[in-house]
Amino acid sequence: MSYQQGQFPVISKANLAKNIFDLTILCPEIAANTKPGQFVHIRVPGHILRRPISIAGFDAIKGTIRIIYEIRGEGTQILADLKAGDMIDILGPLGNGYILPERERRCVVVGGGIGVPPLLPVAEHFGANATAILGFRSAQAAILEKDFEKAGAKTILCTDDGTLGQKGFVTNALEQLLLSECPDCICACGPLVMLKKVAEIAAAHSIPCQVSLEERMACGVGACLGCAVQIRREGKEQYLHVCKDGPVFYSEEVVF
Amino acid sequence: MADLRVEIAGVSFKNPVIPASGAFGFGHEYEKLYPLSKLGGISVKGMTLNQKDGNPPPRIAETPMGMLNSVGLQNPGIDYFLEKELPYLAGKETRIIANVAGSTVEDCVTMVKKIEGSAVDMIELNISCPNVKQGGAAFGTSCESAAGITAAVRKATTKPLMVKLSPNVTDITAIAKAVESEGADAVSLINTLLGMRIDINSRRPVLKNNVGGMSGPAVFPIAVRMVWQVANAVQIPVVGMGGISSAEDAIEMMMAGASAVQVGAAIFTDPYAPVKIIDGISSWLDCKGIASVKDIVGTVQPW
Ligand SMILES: Cc1cc2nc3c(=O)[nH]c(=O)nc-3n(C[C@H](O)[C@H](O)[C@H](O)COP(=O)(O)OP(=O)(O)OC[C@H]3O[C@@H](n4cnc5c(N)ncnc54)[C@H](O)[C@@H]3O)c2cc1C
Ligand SMILES: Cc1cc2nc3c(=O)[nH]c(=O)nc-3n(C[C@H](O)[C@H](O)[C@H](O)COP(=O)(O)O)c2cc1C
Ligand code: FES
Repeated sequence: MSYQQGQFPVISKANLAKNIFDLTILCPEIAANTKPGQFVHIRVPGHILRRPISIAGFDAIKGTIRIIYEIRGEGTQILADLKAGDMIDILGPLGNGYILPERERRCVVVGGGIGVPPLLPVAEHFGANATAILGFRSAQAAILEKDFEKAGAKTILCTDDGTLGQKGFVTNALEQLLLSECPDCICACGPLVMLKKVAEIAAAHSIPCQVSLEERMACGVGACLGCAVQIRREGKEQYLHVCKDGPVFYSEEVVF
Repeated sequence: MADLRVEIAGVSFKNPVIPASGAFGFGHEYEKLYPLSKLGGISVKGMTLNQKDGNPPPRIAETPMGMLNSVGLQNPGIDYFLEKELPYLAGKETRIIANVAGSTVEDCVTMVKKIEGSAVDMIELNISCPNVKQGGAAFGTSCESAAGITAAVRKATTKPLMVKLSPNVTDITAIAKAVESEGADAVSLINTLLGMRIDINSRRPVLKNNVGGMSGPAVFPIAVRMVWQVANAVQIPVVGMGGISSAEDAIEMMMAGASAVQVGAAIFTDPYAPVKIIDGISSWLDCKGIASVKDIVGTVQPW
């Protein structure tokens, strides 16, 4: 794993939905080293701790990465004010991404809300062999549907209120899908309750499943041991670290 | 170019800037950004006799210009350090400070005996960790227990012994004098201040441990005051830390009486902070025409 820290220019900014922003950043060295599922640690002016945000896209040729984030508090509020031409201080790429089999395999990605963006590079890897089950609160909160379709993925949308796609949870759609299909792997990102349910469904179908976890971070690189998660590995439960050992873990290892 | 070398308890450091224990792991993560040989020394993650899991998450909370942590001394144990980490670190041309914490005096004695023949340059006896139930700060908050553990560890090691003090006390100078009189070669301060944050929506503390240690720029004035008080109370060298995030902060801390400084939370904001602080001290000294960084130690002129 190699990473770097520096100030990089924001190339473009878009507003994808209420309080959700999409930045493209020019940082060729980071773009060239990124794998699906990794994240960057972003410095927020006036704050001591950086904010971890997943890499939602990377283009080694253009030298850019894309990040998509929702306003959740003071830090993301400040990041929401960034505009094209501003500099952003990032440390990355960090963490281990999803371990992806060859693109001929079939993969189902399951994303909930702001957990959807990091799954886009996964879907792009599998192209037409990917099925994306994406869940949102409502049609207004939906993001990236077009991007997943463009990647070639068969896309199933779910909303809590039924204003877009199926009404209900992504986990219902996943169970439905697995009645007729048997993918080689599942990759998920979203709220913990959703990940837990996805893990149970995957286990019941004996499909290898990887989930991306969140925890509060300080260093982002594995030095401070702040971002602990309980993982069952080698027969014992232990605290591993989201930034260094994750953020992606095999769901069977996670002590939910 | 100003002379940045300092000497603490007979150990020479190429410059006075040392990443603080717990902020820098065992160095691997930051070596990907710059060579460790740039640093005056490294105070490694606090270690216990046996491997320790640490506290349940969340372990990190942000505060205005600061942070709380309740990591709880998660570490692989002293044997792992000596076998797996130290041989690697020993070749890095920087000073290695072993941060030692125990839940009993006997644990600490056993640990320093294990360290005795190793490449460790200095022991930093941590009697000030606020995040563990036994030992830790319990040793550092009364003069008797601080003196007792220092005396026992002193007898068990010939390595230079620095004792790391807790700010969570009424009179830090009394503790400093107690450890000095039992043979400490230096003191380092401050460890974190006990703090708490509550999520008003869930009415739950942000940290699963409820309380945690506060550090970062917000604690800097407290740290400067305590370093100044301790430096005036003892003869042994003082290593100052707590909220240092710039060369100016480091210089201020040294003027208060610190012979060297440690940098913790600032590394999370800017991983290059220690290196920038070293360079900044050097250019400040050059600019002022001061030949050696030693010449600024304790030079504050109180009113
Ligand atoms: C590996 C990883 C990838 C992530 N990817 C994305 C992404 O692509 N898009 C996105 O919108 N969000 C993502 N998040 C969540 C994002 O980090 C938080 O929403 C953000 O840190 C909140 O900061 P704040 O200052 O707005 O909130 P505040 O609540 O004011 O933050 C206070 C402190 O808590 C931390 N914190 C709060 N919520 C979280 C959280 N859910 N996870 C980790 N730390 C948190 C903050 O970093 C900060 O240190 C990711 C988190 C992790 C761990
Ligand atoms: C995440 C974290 C972990 C820490 N772990 C240790 C430790 O293991 N041993 C120790 O003596 N101090 C530990 N400390 C305290 C620091 O070494 C330092 O005393 C304190 O943070 C004040 O400095 P700062 O404001 O520059 O961070 C830790 C601090 C932080 C933030
Ligand atoms: S944030 Fe420091 S170890 Fe993960």
